Amino acid sequence: MASNQNKIEKFENIDLEIPLILEAIYQKYGYDFRKYSRSHIKRRLVHRLAISNLESVSQLQDKVLREKDFFIELLEDLSINVTEMFRDPEFYSSFRENVVPILRTYPFIKIWHAGCSTGEEVYSFAILLREEGILKRCQIYATDFNRKVLEIAKQGIYPIRDLEHFERNYEKSGGKSKLSDFYTMKYGSIKLDQSLVKKVVFADHNLVTDSVFAEIDLIICRNVLIYFNRDLQNKVINLFYDSLSSSGHLCLGSKESLKFTAKENCFADIDEKQKIYKKSLSKSCIKL
Amino acid sequence: MYKALVIGTSFGGLEALKAIIPQFPKGFPLAVIVVLHIGENQNDSFIRYLNEISQLHVKEAEDKERISTGTVYFAPPNYHLLIEADESFSLSTDPKVNHSRPSIDVLFETAAWCYKQKLIGVVLSGLNHDGAYGLLQINDLGGMCIVENPENAIAQIMPSAANKIAKPQFITPLHDIAEKINELLHSQN
Repeated sequence: MASNQNKIEKFENIDLEIPLILEAIYQKYGYDFRKYSRSHIKRRLVHRLAISNLESVSQLQDKVLREKDFFIELLEDLSINVTEMFRDPEFYSSFRENVVPILRTYPFIKIWHAGCSTGEEVYSFAILLREEGILKRCQIYATDFNRKVLEIAKQGIYPIRDLEHFERNYEKSGGKSKLSDFYTMKYGSIKLDQSLVKKVVFADHNLVTDSVFAEIDLIICRNVLIYFNRDLQNKVINLFYDSLSSSGHLCLGSKESLKFTAKENCFADIDEKQKIYKKSLSKSCIKL
Repeated sequence: MYKALVIGTSFGGLEALKAIIPQFPKGFPLAVIVVLHIGENQNDSFIRYLNEISQLHVKEAEDKERISTGTVYFAPPNYHLLIEADESFSLSTDPKVNHSRPSIDVLFETAAWCYKQKLIGVVLSGLNHDGAYGLLQINDLGGMCIVENPENAIAQIMPSAANKIAKPQFITPLHDIAEKINELLHSQN
């Protein structure tokens, strides 16, 4: 049991040290992970410790403060960079059916992909909007706090190993032609048709520390909120509410919901299962 | 006092879970949290079925949901299920661990951090090594570990790996596992 005690103490120390390193990162570099899901952060830090020769999170903190390159590596660990084209195809087919007819009635459509990561979802939406004949009317902002992933998103070059999966997703999503109409293949990679993102502005924006930047008709933010704690989820949902035009739409990830947030009653369900919502203007929601 | 029971299984898991979950009585004092490697549609119907034949409420775990005793939670397919220190769930779309998402190791590791000695971990039938390292974490942090006896498991690889790596306190035939958990609950009083 003594060895249990040692191991328990090791993890109790890590729990003490995590808030310190997150505060240090915020003070020094401005990236704010303080309200991210703590067990997610802990897993990433514990695994970083295991592959480096460091003994404790405090030593990690020391290195992070003194070596910028090391911080940039750690920033990669802490970022959420997993995405795919037409992830959750049922979501895309519901979007075609339930949201596109409404968007068609708009002369001009402003779209915000919040936390777009490497951009696979941005291209997926651009393809869908082109197939529906409304891409030309869209102004799209695709944002992430991580500049490195934004560079990848701008180029739209993805490894060929994921292609089969993307193709399957595209077919299931109700795609109207062939995915291969939208990319070219070269050197083991695919490059997405750059005319798809002609009107996309890829920009550095941090959901945690930055504020509203435009009035938006459609916000897409999928599988980002699950990485935040309840407090931060509330803050970001409020930011979305304030950014949306009066009947704007919000699309979350399939397993994300407004259920445990303060704005639970401030959106109407368009498709409850696929987490497509529409802003509603009840009085109690305007300032919460 | 134990607070939670985590269970990991893959191939053969439907049968194994059917032999255990319905045995838990109303007012069961633990939260039961399960990772089962299974497809999306199958998961929904299995949860519905298990809910019908069990005395506990069986449901899919939701992001940021508070964990209650007497409820059985399943990880949603294609997401990792993590436990926060305040006894709530988080989901993640991080890369697969042990070729699996949800991964048993991810659940077990974060459950061990949260519940430490107040946790029971169980590994059942399955065809890969997922869960072995997580069970070791549970053991290391003072939790109690039970592995299905591989000799009569539908698939032996998962329980065998868990035995080898985690050195569990109990190696138990499937049909005695619910009883073993009951014994643990009674012996702690």
